[in-house]
Amino acid sequence: MFSLLIGIFVGVSAGYLGSLMVLEKMALVGDALSHVALPGLALGILFNFNPFFGGFAFLFASAVIIWHIQRVTKLSFETLVGAVFTLALAVGILIIPEPELLEALFGSITEVSLLDTTLAVIVSFIAIFLTKTIYNKIVLGMISEELATSTGIKVARINLLYLLLVSLVVAIGIKITGTLLVGFLVVTPAAAAKTISSNLFKYAVLSSIFGAVSASSGVLLSGYLNLPPGPLVVLSGITIFLVAVLVKWASK
Amino acid sequence: MESHNDYILKVSNLSVKLQDQPILDNISFKLKKGTTLAIVGPNGAGKTVFFRTLLNLVPYSGKIEWADKVKIGYVPQSLSVGDIPISVKEFLSFKASSDIENSLSSVGLDSETILDKSLNVLSGGQRQRVLIAWAIIDKPNVLLFDEPTTGVDLDSEEAIYEMLNRLKKGREITILLISHDIHIVRDYSDYMLALNKCVTFFGESKKIMDPDLQRTIYGEPVCIVTPTQ
Repeated sequence: MFSLLIGIFVGVSAGYLGSLMVLEKMALVGDALSHVALPGLALGILFNFNPFFGGFAFLFASAVIIWHIQRVTKLSFETLVGAVFTLALAVGILIIPEPELLEALFGSITEVSLLDTTLAVIVSFIAIFLTKTIYNKIVLGMISEELATSTGIKVARINLLYLLLVSLVVAIGIKITGTLLVGFLVVTPAAAAKTISSNLFKYAVLSSIFGAVSASSGVLLSGYLNLPPGPLVVLSGITIFLVAVLVKWASK
Repeated sequence: MESHNDYILKVSNLSVKLQDQPILDNISFKLKKGTTLAIVGPNGAGKTVFFRTLLNLVPYSGKIEWADKVKIGYVPQSLSVGDIPISVKEFLSFKASSDIENSLSSVGLDSETILDKSLNVLSGGQRQRVLIAWAIIDKPNVLLFDEPTTGVDLDSEEAIYEMLNRLKKGREITILLISHDIHIVRDYSDYMLALNKCVTFFGESKKIMDPDLQRTIYGEPVCIVTPTQ
């Protein structure tokens, strides 16, 4: 029950925040960012503190690095994502104790405590609320940085806030989907929604709904089939994506 | 006698350097309220950077003094929406939630047909008009247009400039306009500021027809072909 609740809340917040990531063509960031959490999780397990905080600390640091690199140059950004973040994944795999490795990579619906659930719900609410206040400003900044700046929007600052909120959502999502696949939730539901949306409101709402359905279906199937939830979240999400593509194709 | 209050903008010794390269050098002029100033010059002269300086988007040395209670509306050269699913209504609502229909009709667009359309399905001319609607929606008294008719067909171009004339008649509005079109400069502006990193000319726009002045501004006289009747 707790894991289903986490699934729904994480799905909604990841879908909603992911809608901006897909527009900004930062899907690669969404995926790689999740890998970076693994060493943080490992430290949490090894030193006996809540892995969420370890994961979030590494995600937070990486988000700041990404933000800074993006401002300086767009070229080295992709090198960073490809090489360094994969390195973080490799290091995490090496230091995490083996019994917990599978769960860290692919998620688990067992051992989900009331604390985990409460944390996920609170973080989701905060992330969604804060993102809503900056959503239009971020989109305007994507359309024209000049127009955005000329209306007083501090584009760099709100982009940093956004990356920090994504880090929070990814950190709570790791419990359910694992570090290898949590990036999926930030990208694919929004990609599906974009295929069939002609305005921002519909796009944001559908991204959230698709995220919630992907995550919760994955969790339910995991309980039913006794398999890790991460891959099942991905399969559910891809199904939704394919249906969206078919709907778009049929409407032409 | 001219009074201090006649001027909406005074620029003194404005210079801009980007990565140690001089982009603008020692620009000085005064602009009266309610006039239209065309900014002309060859490519790379610094015209767009000049606008960005007026909007405080670029660091500069020298002085830019606007009159009190100036509200600027800015129309950039183009808008790159890509595949962002955003409707005209949502885009205009970013700036103001009321007066959307009025600003659309001021630019000759029918709000009933266009409000729910996605920006990326509009034609070049329609998108340009939406950009202008964006700029005027909160009733500015200064408009900055960076080549407002780039990529727009001739009919839409004429329509856009006629619309600017109508806007001016409705209220005392000062327009600064970057343009490469000599006939636009002649027909739609009062004064002309020619830039080529520095000021090469500042005065009445009708003088643009003088071939010697054209040579000073562009390096060569510009030919206008008048269609025979």
